[in-house]
Amino acid sequence: MSFELDKIKEESSNHQSNKEQEKMQETTTQEPISSEDYLNMELLRFTTAGSVDDGKSTLIGRLLYDSKSIYEDTYEAVKSSSEKRGDENINLALVTDGLKAEREQGITIDVAYRYFSTPIRKFIIADTPGHIQYTRNMVTGASTANLALIMIDARNGIVEQTKRHSLIASLLGIPHIVVCINKMDLVEYEQDAYEKIRKEYKEFAGKLNVKDVRFIPMSALNGDNIVHRSDKMTWYNGPTLMYLLEHIYIASDQNLIDVRFPVQSVIRPHSEEHHDYRAYGGRIAGGTLRPGDKVVALPSGFTSHIKTIDFGNDSIMEAHTPMSVSITLTDNIDISRGDMIVREDNLPYQSQDIEVMVCWMNERPLQLQGKYALMHTTKSVRCIVKDIKYKMNINTLSRLTDDKTIGLNDIGRVSLRTTEALFYDSYRRNRNTGSLVLIDETTNVTVGACMIIGESSAM
Amino acid sequence: MSKSINHLRELESEGIYVIREVAAQFENPALLFSGGKDSIVMTHLAHKAFYPGKIPFPLVHIDTGHNFPETIAFRDSLMDKLGAKLVVGSVQEAIDAGKVVEEKGYTALRNGLQTPVLLETLEIGKYDAALGGARRDEEKARAKERFFSHRDEFGQWDPKNQRPELWNLFNGKKNVGEHFRIFPISNWTELDVWQYIALEKIDIPNLYMSHKRDCVVRDGVILAVTPFLNLKPDEKVEEMTVRFRTIGDATCTGATLSDAADMDSIIKEVAMTRQTERGGRADDKRSETSMEDRKKLGYF
Repeated sequence: MSFELDKIKEESSNHQSNKEQEKMQETTTQEPISSEDYLNMELLRFTTAGSVDDGKSTLIGRLLYDSKSIYEDTYEAVKSSSEKRGDENINLALVTDGLKAEREQGITIDVAYRYFSTPIRKFIIADTPGHIQYTRNMVTGASTANLALIMIDARNGIVEQTKRHSLIASLLGIPHIVVCINKMDLVEYEQDAYEKIRKEYKEFAGKLNVKDVRFIPMSALNGDNIVHRSDKMTWYNGPTLMYLLEHIYIASDQNLIDVRFPVQSVIRPHSEEHHDYRAYGGRIAGGTLRPGDKVVALPSGFTSHIKTIDFGNDSIMEAHTPMSVSITLTDNIDISRGDMIVREDNLPYQSQDIEVMVCWMNERPLQLQGKYALMHTTKSVRCIVKDIKYKMNINTLSRLTDDKTIGLNDIGRVSLRTTEALFYDSYRRNRNTGSLVLIDETTNVTVGACMIIGESSAM
Repeated sequence: MSKSINHLRELESEGIYVIREVAAQFENPALLFSGGKDSIVMTHLAHKAFYPGKIPFPLVHIDTGHNFPETIAFRDSLMDKLGAKLVVGSVQEAIDAGKVVEEKGYTALRNGLQTPVLLETLEIGKYDAALGGARRDEEKARAKERFFSHRDEFGQWDPKNQRPELWNLFNGKKNVGEHFRIFPISNWTELDVWQYIALEKIDIPNLYMSHKRDCVVRDGVILAVTPFLNLKPDEKVEEMTVRFRTIGDATCTGATLSDAADMDSIIKEVAMTRQTERGGRADDKRSETSMEDRKKLGYF
């Protein structure tokens, strides 16, 4: 995974005028972020998945370098490590592959988180290895992402890995997919090559549940359409990747309709000053809350009204997902951790029989009739695996019903029965109330990541 | 319908959520307090998470004995203000009791001695979760760290065998004798920390602001002259205008030349800087994977 950072350095400075370039060398400044600007910055989390030679590392290096997010000393350290290893070019993988084993084996084992910001947004990249044996890492990285970058080599078009990444992005409900058709320089920047891949991908994506797919022709190595517009692809009128990342509309990705407040903790100060204060702490998992709203607590079914929404020592007039707040109610009703506060006219599903898509994360396969600990919102219960419906072939999207062994990195559809009813929505409607994890009760390790489909029929 | 909150509020909500999870899932947590800006931000988040209640766990300071006096004064006044309980694990006492042996020579550091003292302090207090202010952008081994990081009964970290961590579901289940390190501000960068300090008007030690101080330059790192620093015969003490980007043990925390004396100029300086903040720390420079090696043994 060699990376030509020096070339990027050179290329980047070509975009600067000489005067600017002198200034760069003198102070290596970036646009200062003023105190007003940063209060308007949004956070965008995106995931990348890829394998050797698809240009992913180069692309990330380009984004980090052009946003001035690779520090000089990191760069120097990576440069000297690369030389020590005898790499011909500077090996950017060494920036992200921080673990000894990863460096020794030259592979990315885990999810690596990278950070950069521009004056408009802060970005968190969950960078994951693309091989089939790292499906669980891709799923982990995708679980919190607003956007997925799918890399396609313009010479090869859509390959198995493209389909696998797209399926995972779709299963994990990532709202936006940006298909990066990379290495356009190696196909003479031909529009035909781009259009052919675009058409083929659109046909394939029709089978998936993705709302928003964009395409960008680019050359990460030469910097075409990454931060700067390419003068070699004048036929492309769309945005550069950086512009898209900075401006793509993400404010509606959260569910702001269904009020869901899983109670995380009960806040009772037990002090003279706040003798009767009793609030419910939690992170809003859906919807918008205001003082005066009529609410109902589950599972008790008692109703009350929101008295105040407290945030530190401020009371606020409105709060919405994903804010962490404390809520006080007008009535003193019995509510504890694991309960959920919702609106009376908009209830979640309540059931002990739940149908999920599971991604298995452990060497020991999922056990039919096996019992697991289960975490969902702030609730911990136990469950039993009642049925395995099918295993999915994640390259072809076909359903396997003859081989239902769900082992490490497999994805399948199963029915669970829980010890207590959960309050949930389908994953497609709300990622916060539609996700759960399974935990092995003997090792305490998280073994399964589940997306809720709905209630399973009674058996 | 659409609404959004800025990146600092989103990170703040994430941090508060994680801290509340710790209070709910563990019997006896503690917050590791170093006196640096990250642990001050952590304390601020913990205060907000349980307000108007007090922080429901103690703050633990592993004191190398080589502190800037400002750090200790700041720590004590903060504890008073919050009404928080402070537990101190003393490296000096451990040295005096012969539990650990001090390194010798000009480049002697007490950083390695912190780990056994930390583990002993956690053991004595029977803490089952230790909250720390480490961030993933600080160092490459930390980039792989989970929010809930499992430690075995020896306090060791097994980086190749970490638990998957998905969505906002944090699994704190453990066997007897094991414990967790928890990092609520994992997703913050140095710039986020400073912006948040400015946004929330959080008090910080004046060491972070530009001031004049006697320093020496050793191996390209500007070190403050303190009673704990062994000066080499040829080292020249000079008064410099500096500030600190991190505050740790006074013998290995490098200062940077800076005129930034208020929050706005610090934020501008951090936004423009081209060196990582730990670049000034002699403890990280010992080898390519020195952080991972120390973490495996139980360093935070």
